[in-house]
Amino acid sequence: MRLLTHNLLASNVKGAKTGFPLKIHVFVQEEHETAFNKAFLLATLRKINWIAFREAADSLGVPNLPELPPDLDKCDDSMLRKYHHALMEVHVKEGYLICPDTGRRFPITKGIPNMLLNEDEVC
Amino acid sequence: MSRPEISAPPQEFYNDNEAHKYTSSSRVIEIQDRLTERAVELLNFPKDDLPRLLLDVGCGSGLSGDRLTELGYSWIGMDISKSMLQVAQDRTIEGGVIQYDMGHGCPFRPGIFDGCVSISAVQWLCNADHLQQEPRKRLNTFFSQLYRCLKRGAKAVLQFYPDGAKQAELITTAALRVGFSGGLVVDYPNSTRAKKYFLVLVAGCLDGISTSSTILARFESSEADAFKSVRVDRRSKASYEGKKLSMGQRLKAHSGHKHPKGKAWILKKKQQARCRGQEISQDSKYTGRKRKDRL
Repeated sequence: MRLLTHNLLASNVKGAKTGFPLKIHVFVQEEHETAFNKAFLLATLRKINWIAFREAADSLGVPNLPELPPDLDKCDDSMLRKYHHALMEVHVKEGYLICPDTGRRFPITKGIPNMLLNEDEVC
Repeated sequence: MSRPEISAPPQEFYNDNEAHKYTSSSRVIEIQDRLTERAVELLNFPKDDLPRLLLDVGCGSGLSGDRLTELGYSWIGMDISKSMLQVAQDRTIEGGVIQYDMGHGCPFRPGIFDGCVSISAVQWLCNADHLQQEPRKRLNTFFSQLYRCLKRGAKAVLQFYPDGAKQAELITTAALRVGFSGGLVVDYPNSTRAKKYFLVLVAGCLDGISTSSTILARFESSEADAFKSVRVDRRSKASYEGKKLSMGQRLKAHSGHKHPKGKAWILKKKQQARCRGQEISQDSKYTGRKRKDRL
């Protein structure tokens, strides 16, 4: 699971208000190189929730992300490549996600987050 | 063809074995490619090359996702079958996948997707595999949460195989009830085999619908052609009646042995076959002409 996917996910367990951002607990993480696409990255950075992204990157030990969302028009390529690395290339292989409202755990196995709910958890 | 929906729940039907078989079948790949292409065509994005993020509901092993990547979209897929997702992961697909049951909604932030595609998945919602599962409720949860995670004005194109007219109606009404506008597009309506159902939905505003009239062309033009050929039929018959009959024709008419398969009949049949999506040779002046008598 990439941090991009994580940034889009929200738990919808019964009782969760927003279910976002999910906390990440990592056992195993990996890095895979992906092609750098500037137009896509800029569009994505406008879409993501920066605070959630930074928190997630912190929990994965990816350093040097600014506190506040950067001004995307002024970013140079080296900065963008750093964001690209954090967003697209770092994968959580094993671990779990925790719903911030209910504390429900969603396991991540072999890189696939399992967001399945039990029938009584559906709202 | 038997329906996999009646044999087992999706997470059990698509086991390791089936997932592998499904993904390595060239026929399945070809069909998925074609359906995905058509779905994207129906999404009808303006041609401005903006990067777009799509949701693929029932992404399976990422066959449809591959096509989306090739067409230049980024995507997030969800599927209930662990085995299918595992195959997807092993094939190193471009998009991200999560394991989830669409009958429980869409676990995403509101308003993030620019569109949604789903290939051959939504009919599974009509099954009830547990005591607590109620198809109507599952459809309602799915569509209402899909609506929430789509951008305003974004489209969703869901291709599915309904069990019959009733099921198609059940799914369509469930979608319209939660606030989507749109309707069903049927490709090749005259063929039982090539017939494909696409539920085209717009979240929110209605101006997206006006653009979809151009896409309906494939369906309507074939219908219109069929209609035209019927009219041509009638005209040629009238001109035939007005003509003076030759001796042989008169004899035939008298004895009641009218040739049943005139040129008009052949043209009509060819048009019908075209509507079914079959490849038919062009009409020419030789169509329906009698061959020379040879000894």
